[in-house]
Amino acid sequence: MDAMLQEIVAKYNYWIYVVLMMIGFYAMIGKSNLVKKLIGMNIFQTAIILMFISAGVKKGGGIPILDKQAVLERGVEAASIVNPLPHVLMLTAIVVSVSVTGVALAILQRIHGLYGSLEEDEILEKIDR
Amino acid sequence: MENSFWPLAAVLISLLGAVPILLSDRRPNLREAWTVTIALGKFAIVASLLPAVLAGGGYRFTLAEVLPGVPIALRVDAMGMYFALVASFLWIGTSVYSIGYMRALREHDQTRYFACFAVAIAATIGVAFSENLLTLYLFYEMLSLSTYPLVTHKQDAEARASGRRYLTYLLGSSVALLLPAMILTYILAGTLDFTTGGILSGRIDASTAAVLLVLFVFGFAKAAVMPMHAWLPAAMVAPTPVSSFLHGVAVVKVGVFSILRIVFFVFGTDLLAELHLGVILTALASVTVLGASLVALTQDNLKRRLAYSTIGQLSYMILGAGMLTAAGMTGGLLHLSMHAFGKITLFLCAGAIYIAAHKSNISEMDGLGRRMPVTYAAFFLASLSIIGMPPLGGFLSKWSLVVGAIDGGQLLLVAVVLVSSLLNAAYFFPIVYRGFFARAAEENGREEIREAPLLCLVPLSVTALFCLALFIWPSLALELIQKVLSP
Amino acid sequence: MSFLNLHMYALAAPLVGAMLLFAAGRFGRRLVMPVVLAALSLSLAASVLVFLEVLTAGPFSYTVGNWEAPWGIELVVDHLGALVNLLIASVALTACVSSLRRSSAELPERRHQFFTLYLILIAGMHGLALTGDAFNLYVLLEITSITTYGLIALGKGRAPLSSFNYIVMGSIGACFYLLGIGYLYILTGTLNMADLHRIIPLLDGRGAALATAFAFLMVGLWIKMAFFPLHVWLPNAYTDMPDGAAVLIAPLMTKVTVFLMIRVMFSIFSPVYEFIQHMAVQHIIVGVASVGIVCASAMALGQKDLRRMLTYIIIAEVGYMVGGLWLANAKGMTGAILHIVNDALMTLCLFLAAAAIAHRTGALGFERLGGLYRRMPLTMAAFTVGALSMIGVPPTCGFFSKWYLLLGGIEAGQWLYVGALIFSSLVNAVLFFRIIEIAYFRTPAEDSPVHEPGKGPRREAPQALLQPLVVTAAALIGVGLATGPLVERVIRFALPVGY
Repeated sequence: MDAMLQEIVAKYNYWIYVVLMMIGFYAMIGKSNLVKKLIGMNIFQTAIILMFISAGVKKGGGIPILDKQAVLERGVEAASIVNPLPHVLMLTAIVVSVSVTGVALAILQRIHGLYGSLEEDEILEKIDR
Repeated sequence: MENSFWPLAAVLISLLGAVPILLSDRRPNLREAWTVTIALGKFAIVASLLPAVLAGGGYRFTLAEVLPGVPIALRVDAMGMYFALVASFLWIGTSVYSIGYMRALREHDQTRYFACFAVAIAATIGVAFSENLLTLYLFYEMLSLSTYPLVTHKQDAEARASGRRYLTYLLGSSVALLLPAMILTYILAGTLDFTTGGILSGRIDASTAAVLLVLFVFGFAKAAVMPMHAWLPAAMVAPTPVSSFLHGVAVVKVGVFSILRIVFFVFGTDLLAELHLGVILTALASVTVLGASLVALTQDNLKRRLAYSTIGQLSYMILGAGMLTAAGMTGGLLHLSMHAFGKITLFLCAGAIYIAAHKSNISEMDGLGRRMPVTYAAFFLASLSIIGMPPLGGFLSKWSLVVGAIDGGQLLLVAVVLVSSLLNAAYFFPIVYRGFFARAAEENGREEIREAPLLCLVPLSVTALFCLALFIWPSLALELIQKVLSP
Repeated sequence: MSFLNLHMYALAAPLVGAMLLFAAGRFGRRLVMPVVLAALSLSLAASVLVFLEVLTAGPFSYTVGNWEAPWGIELVVDHLGALVNLLIASVALTACVSSLRRSSAELPERRHQFFTLYLILIAGMHGLALTGDAFNLYVLLEITSITTYGLIALGKGRAPLSSFNYIVMGSIGACFYLLGIGYLYILTGTLNMADLHRIIPLLDGRGAALATAFAFLMVGLWIKMAFFPLHVWLPNAYTDMPDGAAVLIAPLMTKVTVFLMIRVMFSIFSPVYEFIQHMAVQHIIVGVASVGIVCASAMALGQKDLRRMLTYIIIAEVGYMVGGLWLANAKGMTGAILHIVNDALMTLCLFLAAAAIAHRTGALGFERLGGLYRRMPLTMAAFTVGALSMIGVPPTCGFFSKWYLLLGGIEAGQWLYVGALIFSSLVNAVLFFRIIEIAYFRTPAEDSPVHEPGKGPRREAPQALLQPLVVTAAALIGVGLATGPLVERVIRFALPVGY
């Protein structure tokens, strides 16, 4: 029990991401307002992005921007810099997320123009009529 | 067995021939000329392949290697040649008759009719010349689909309902029963080729074989073994040439032919005898023979009566095969051609009666024989053949069946054949009798009932005479059948 | 041009075309057709050449920008990838002819924007067929998805709402996929597929994390391919999108996603992992697939609109493929991969026919389909061929993939799956014959706009809609007859080692 608690406390950041993911997921599924769904999607994606970045962190590691002279003289000490690869990947993921959000917002604008509302149940009612 | 393009040509001549037929939509005479030319050409090609088969050889052609061990391939052997000869010969007569019939009634959509007919006969020959079960399945389905527009030609509500029943039985059975049977055979045997002696010996036990056999018999619903027979009376809503040819000769014979192929070339008679499975065939066939004959007695519509008669007659062939004795199997196979000639004559007569007198029900046909003597004479000859009386061809096949039953010690089957022949007489003779001897009911409806047009009379007379001729000269048929049973 | 770059042309041509269109389209309305046709023809030519090269010389890989794998992005062209690549290119070119015509009718003033998205979608799909990097796959997957969201939203009626629902579900799927490869990255430190394939079996004691990664990857892809019960977004999205987009998206998107699942299952993980170490999962998935096939077929029966009916059939077909792959035997996998090709072609044929019919009748409710055989004989003939392929009648291609799937199912003892396949064939027969009956029997309504008395009722679809349809129908039979060589020379090499 003690060991498990240790584990949970040590990896607190991951637990936060899980909570964030659940919040995002709940918003996407449980809310009926379309904008809230979109925000939930963003939260969900952000949580995953954070998780990836956490994967690259090292204890006491610094920013992965190095001085050229220093590298040429003494080489790179991998343990002292944070892994930059997840950052790069997540930049792409953020771009993807922003694109989807952009498209979704454009579509929401269109929906609002068509139905005058952004609540799913109201819209469905209008459609059925 | 030499590789040759000719089996494919036999199939393709009418399959591709459908295109010029479709294109000659605006010129009926050209279109009709195409139909007849194709029919003659097809028979010529099929007949040209005969000498090699009689000499003990044959031809084959692989179209495409689609599945491992199972190509789409054609092969001309004795059994296929036998069926193809009957079908392609009768097709000529039917084409001529169709032309007469459609023109006399000024039917609509004749181009579609003739084009579909061309595809249907191509599929029939394809079934005859299939080398393996997959190719047979392919052409079997092609036949079901191409005959749908023919059956539903009238396009009224009744045609629609009948068409639905037609497809439900034929497609439903082929997907739900035949396809699993085919796959099961492939799993057991590793191949689907039709081989003398069968491909399953040593690889299958009695219970699986029994299930497989039943799946095949019911899966080939075109053979109309009860209870998969209900589509056939429903299909009588089609124009008479369709009924006559397709449901007297092509479609139903394809069903029985396929079952016989399975019996002889997938299971093999030795395996069936070893596992005592002949009794399944004879049991199912007997029920159908007797049942259909009884129902035929109750039908007033002439074509429906003929339909039930067909259902019964088809099962004679399966009965013969199930006897697993040489005479029985010979009788069953012989009945394929005898019945074809007989039944087609009967249907052609029914059509002639419809054209000349616009009557479909037997009760209204009193006294018609006196006004249409040729038609009724042909009808009489053909019905004698089907009942099995000498000097008509049908006698030979029925006699062979009886001998076969006695040979196999199955006296019950002798009784089945004899009783059903009596029933056949019971539902045929009244038609002829009333036609010639009864007083016509209504006097005013008689106006100018004359014989049917010549284009209809000639084919039906020819086929009726053939019923006679086949009694005198059955040698070609018998020779081919001999090759099937003991190659 | 050095041969090794040919596949890049397949990817680059539509992409460059898209940029050209977007930049110049506003001023040159006439540019749309030539640019689209040129780009997709170039893409097809390149795909054919790449395919032939793979057949003769074997698979090859290509590092983008010369950054060595596993740090750079690697493109891998093997038999399966080349086949799918060729499939995408041929379907795209065939569909675009129809899309060009339909879009002038449906969205005349937005054509260049429509086709910009269209071409980017095709480029993205080519990328998916070629990529050998798991993260690159995510990016391309999202590229195809985002363009799809946009294309759907261009439709009429409730299309924007359907698109939004698709966005929500599709993003969940993509995020799950991202989560999955995140786990894999944490475990292995690499994102290159070949590298992952090498490292994963060496990971001991990480069973739970690996399993979680695999589960997230699978579920993410299942959402994207509309695998029952994660399919709810598809019927609305595919029905409401414009015809011009439907003929491209419906045949391809779900099949390419199935292909991605194969990539994850065999190129990243291995059959040993899925089938031997976790056998219980296999049975569950095949069971779910079977249930999905039955339910989707049953739901299709209740539809009154042709397009909607077809979308439920798509869901059933996805069930075929997922079930077939998870049968864990060579026949099942062969059937599933063959079905990717066959189903794409069948769906293309049916959707092209639906577009042609919609062009003339305006809507696709069953009551509008009366007497179509007389009015549009060629269209309906092609539709019939497509229907026969769906039912599984030889020699159309649909029969042969069903054959393999049935054989595989029987061999694996998965009787539920076998029963589901046969049930689905029968249901398809009922579904399509209902339509064929209506089109054959009912006379066109007297007041229908296309009924021109005195002129004869025949009014076939325009050539631009008819030609691709006829070509596709012929291809259904041609590919069917060519199944033997296709399986022997291509698919056999696409199966994982040992099968």
